[in-house]
Amino acid sequence: MKISVIVTLKKNVLDPQGTTIKKALEGMSFNNINEVRQGKYFEIDIDEKNQRKAEEKANEMCKKLLANLVIEDFKIIKSL
Amino acid sequence: MNSSVIIFPGSNCDRDIDVALKKFGFKNKMIWHDNVELPKSDLVVLPGGFSYGDYLRCGSMASKSKIINDIIKFANSGGLLLGICNGFQILTETELLPGVLLRNKLSEFICKNVFVKINNVENNYFKNIKKQILELHIAHNEGNFFCSNDQMKKIEDNNQIALLYCDKNGEINEKFNPNGSSKNIAGIFNQKKNILGMMPHPERMIDKCLSSDEGSIFFETLLNNFK
Repeated sequence: MKISVIVTLKKNVLDPQGTTIKKALEGMSFNNINEVRQGKYFEIDIDEKNQRKAEEKANEMCKKLLANLVIEDFKIIKSL
Repeated sequence: MNSSVIIFPGSNCDRDIDVALKKFGFKNKMIWHDNVELPKSDLVVLPGGFSYGDYLRCGSMASKSKIINDIIKFANSGGLLLGICNGFQILTETELLPGVLLRNKLSEFICKNVFVKINNVENNYFKNIKKQILELHIAHNEGNFFCSNDQMKKIEDNNQIALLYCDKNGEINEKFNPNGSSKNIAGIFNQKKNILGMMPHPERMIDKCLSSDEGSIFFETLLNNFK
């Protein structure tokens, strides 16, 4: 089963990379951008047929390694 | 005094800290991260560098190394554990220290000398130190200390702030904050003060011919406090 996870910075955490990307986009004449926030996307292929079990494993992986919960939130967006 | 320096794939200040520790009288051993057991040590150092290429988050992969379990045991039993730069990032990722080191505020790698003020001398690292303001070198991309409000309250209540960025006279001001770090924090302790994480590199300042010897004060004090 393939699980897709996104990890994003919490709203109250500064994102200097997002700010730099926003500036670059504005330099390319993409106007009216309010904000850019950069995140991470993971595709995890788990040898597990049961969707609930696979998602539980992915959830644990996020808590233990993929996300740092002091500054990041995570969300399982797809499991197929 | 026995010390151990842990080498991770991508560590690059391990040799520098080895030279520094030996210069000031430590019997130092270099330990590969894949070992499961630490040799008998009074001090364990996690060196600077780019462990695992800074993949995922700085220090995150190293914090899951085989040696880490024994390091946690060592620290929990009161052993002195020092993390410098990437070592500091590894300590926050293991949750031995609170908070996290974010990307520098201005998104640039900073490599320069800074002044830091020692904020707490009631510990084995800084007790009886002869200078309270040291000029040390920093070189990092992620040194912007950040934590939740609850964590900051605990850090302050327990007097865990070890080092603060300042000017040469010790004035602590946002102007002298190189990376956007909360409250100008350059280093913190755990509650018991046996674990210290710091962004500046004292091991780079142990020889006047090369840079300065302000880092020597750090190592001399550390060794004297063992005696």
